[in-house]
Amino acid sequence: MRIAESRVLPRFARVRPGGLAPIVAILVVLLVLLTLRQPDFLSPPSLMSFLGRSAPIVLLAAGQYFVIVSGEFDLSVGSLVTAQVVVAARLIDSEPSRSWPVVVVLLAFGALVGLVNGVVTTRLGVPSFITTLGMFLILVGAVYLWSDGAPKGGLSEEFRRFGRRAFEDVPALGRIPYALLILLAAAALAVLLSRSDFGRTLVAVGGNPRTAGLSGVRVWRAKTIAFVLSGVSAALAAILLGGYSGVSFQAGAGLEFGAITAVVLGGVALGGGRGSVVGAMLGALTLETLFALMNFYGVSGALKSTVQGAIILLAVAVSSVRSSSR
Amino acid sequence: MADPPPSPLLTLRGIGKSFLGVRVLDSVDLDVRPGEVHAVVGENGAGKSTLMKIASGVYAPDEGTIDFAGAVRSFRGPRDAQRAGIGMVHQEFNLLPERTVAENVYLGREPVRRGLVDRKAMLSRTAALLDSIGESSLPPQARVGQLGVARQQVVEIVKALATDARLLIMDEPTAALADNEVERLYALVRRLQERGMGVLYVSHRLKEVFDLSGRITVLKDGRLVTTVDTARTDADRLVRHMVGRELSSYYPARARPDEVGPVRLTVHDGGNRKLRGVDLRLRAGEVLGVGGLQGSGRSALARALFGAAPFATGDVRLDGAPVRLRSPRAAMRAGIAYITEDRKGEGIVAGQSVLDNALLASRALLPGAGRGARAARVRELLAAVDVRAAGEDQEIRYLSGGNQQKVVLAKWLALGPRILLFDEPTRGIDVGAKSAIHDLVRQLARDGAAVLMVSSELPELLGMSDRIIVMRDGRIAGELPAGAGEEDVVALAVGAAREAAT
Repeated sequence: MRIAESRVLPRFARVRPGGLAPIVAILVVLLVLLTLRQPDFLSPPSLMSFLGRSAPIVLLAAGQYFVIVSGEFDLSVGSLVTAQVVVAARLIDSEPSRSWPVVVVLLAFGALVGLVNGVVTTRLGVPSFITTLGMFLILVGAVYLWSDGAPKGGLSEEFRRFGRRAFEDVPALGRIPYALLILLAAAALAVLLSRSDFGRTLVAVGGNPRTAGLSGVRVWRAKTIAFVLSGVSAALAAILLGGYSGVSFQAGAGLEFGAITAVVLGGVALGGGRGSVVGAMLGALTLETLFALMNFYGVSGALKSTVQGAIILLAVAVSSVRSSSR
Repeated sequence: MADPPPSPLLTLRGIGKSFLGVRVLDSVDLDVRPGEVHAVVGENGAGKSTLMKIASGVYAPDEGTIDFAGAVRSFRGPRDAQRAGIGMVHQEFNLLPERTVAENVYLGREPVRRGLVDRKAMLSRTAALLDSIGESSLPPQARVGQLGVARQQVVEIVKALATDARLLIMDEPTAALADNEVERLYALVRRLQERGMGVLYVSHRLKEVFDLSGRITVLKDGRLVTTVDTARTDADRLVRHMVGRELSSYYPARARPDEVGPVRLTVHDGGNRKLRGVDLRLRAGEVLGVGGLQGSGRSALARALFGAAPFATGDVRLDGAPVRLRSPRAAMRAGIAYITEDRKGEGIVAGQSVLDNALLASRALLPGAGRGARAARVRELLAAVDVRAAGEDQEIRYLSGGNQQKVVLAKWLALGPRILLFDEPTRGIDVGAKSAIHDLVRQLARDGAAVLMVSSELPELLGMSDRIIVMRDGRIAGELPAGAGEEDVVALAVGAAREAAT
């Protein structure tokens, strides 16, 4: 291949749709605004606890990234988180020794739900928007039915420590929530995966499924794996959320839209084929920062979903204007 | 033709432009006289569209001057150029399908009366404009989305007229038109010419250039090669200017008898929804051409062999052993590659990088296997097929058609295929890159691959193939040796040859 341009190009090329520069810029601006109002927000204890609290949505955004970049949607993760928390409470029933087995069960449950989403979408040809909306409703109904309308049992302290405990008295940083460590590990895995052959192939599937199929990619399989990853990320999020805020039917409410907003904010194209998992996770952090900012400035929490909706519309509009102006 | 020529409407002098340090235009001169159609030709990447964008105010030149209607201009954007009287009809239209013709023509400049859009004036003015160019059959209140491509183009042109354009820039105006519509466009362009309008006409199709233009400017690699009077040149000379070489050296030499090896692939009585009774032998080292009319089963044959639309009946053998090609993966495992005719739709992933595109098939078939070595090999292949790009991270959609096709080829070569199925390998590729692709196809055969090449371009089919089979109605209508003539192929394709008697 002939390099027809000078070496400076790759650096410029990073500022493009799907690049990280915009989301980093937005995050920095929000953090500055936040520290103006709340000077100690960036101090280690406050920052650590903020990151720990944000871990579930960041995990969900990472999972959602794989689905969206492959050209699909996963609307089922919010109710999946709720279902996981309720199921965990009933299975553990405050019995510490069941904590680890239940963690395994939840991960398997998440993977199974993702598998069903993926197979129904790719093999039965149901648009994923509908598939996962159906799964959302099925899970809501099933959880109510299974628990007779009120959560049963309870989570053990063993189980809850993932979401609420921390390494105490760490030099310089104070306390490091377990949730943050779990997040870092999962994020590292997600980044590795997104750069692997599978990750790159998945982007190709989202970008042009016909090309991918004719290049030997098993498109259905790649997409199904993406759904499974999203389901597993929902299981991890549920484990952290259950620990942090306890058992309720509201545990996962609205998280699917939070995750999708975060992913879109992070520069991942709805419809697939463009974006990075780091962008998606930064998008989630940005969203959480924005909510914290609204909180500190005394904006009503009721505006959260309005803000999310506006972000989705704005982000998609900006990206489609940019791509059509080429 | 009157002499002396009238003073030019538009004069570009010493235009230069660079993007990120790459020189795409270098001291180009060009002028357009009133009432003249001035054609601009050149290969993809020669700088035609950049030059048009500079003339229409989209880009500002780095060097040089733009002189329009007697004054030096520096346009601050396309609207600025429009106000000055330069209209542009893009390859892709900028029309609102849900609005009427009149609304589109006056979009953003609606005539206003007492603070409201004066619909009546808008309709009558549009009708007058349409009338003035002989398109009075087009109703101003028709919804644009319901019009055919040709009439949408008329709307685009009228849009330019409504701004009192004195110069119209047309970028590949016939790319989307059917043959009979092209004639109408000719008539329209001539009428614009009669009104004293200057037309800058960019096209790949030399026929149009000769039919319409008074003068032709040839660009190559961002430089002006020459500007000639159309009457004083011919297609051969023009192509020579464009590529810097003779047409006759166009096709690489065919395979010598000793270069053709054993039979690689045999099909006996193959059939599916689009194919019937296909019998075929493909040898190592040869290029087997597949001719026929559109829809005769040429592409269906290639897709059947690649497992994309498999044979439902019949028997396929690879090196003598029966093989089932049920899916592209199965075909790829058997050493078969398929270079599709629809490059954009199923050959590339437009938003991914050159490298990602080149790695796609290897990643799909052998994920994780020796990643470093594999990337190194693909980089070598990209260099070997001479892809020209800003870098391996550049998104493939920014490459010219020829370079995209080379990346697609590299993707397949990475798997070391022994059978290559080319479907219209040079469709949408400019002249210079075409012969590079032809050379690559021949080189692959010479290296021992068995090549099947579908082509609807007769010169290509005849120039490249060692043997030719011609398809008709899903069957192989007949086979021709190298050196057959165009008439032989056409006769078989339409069923005029001896087979019609049986």
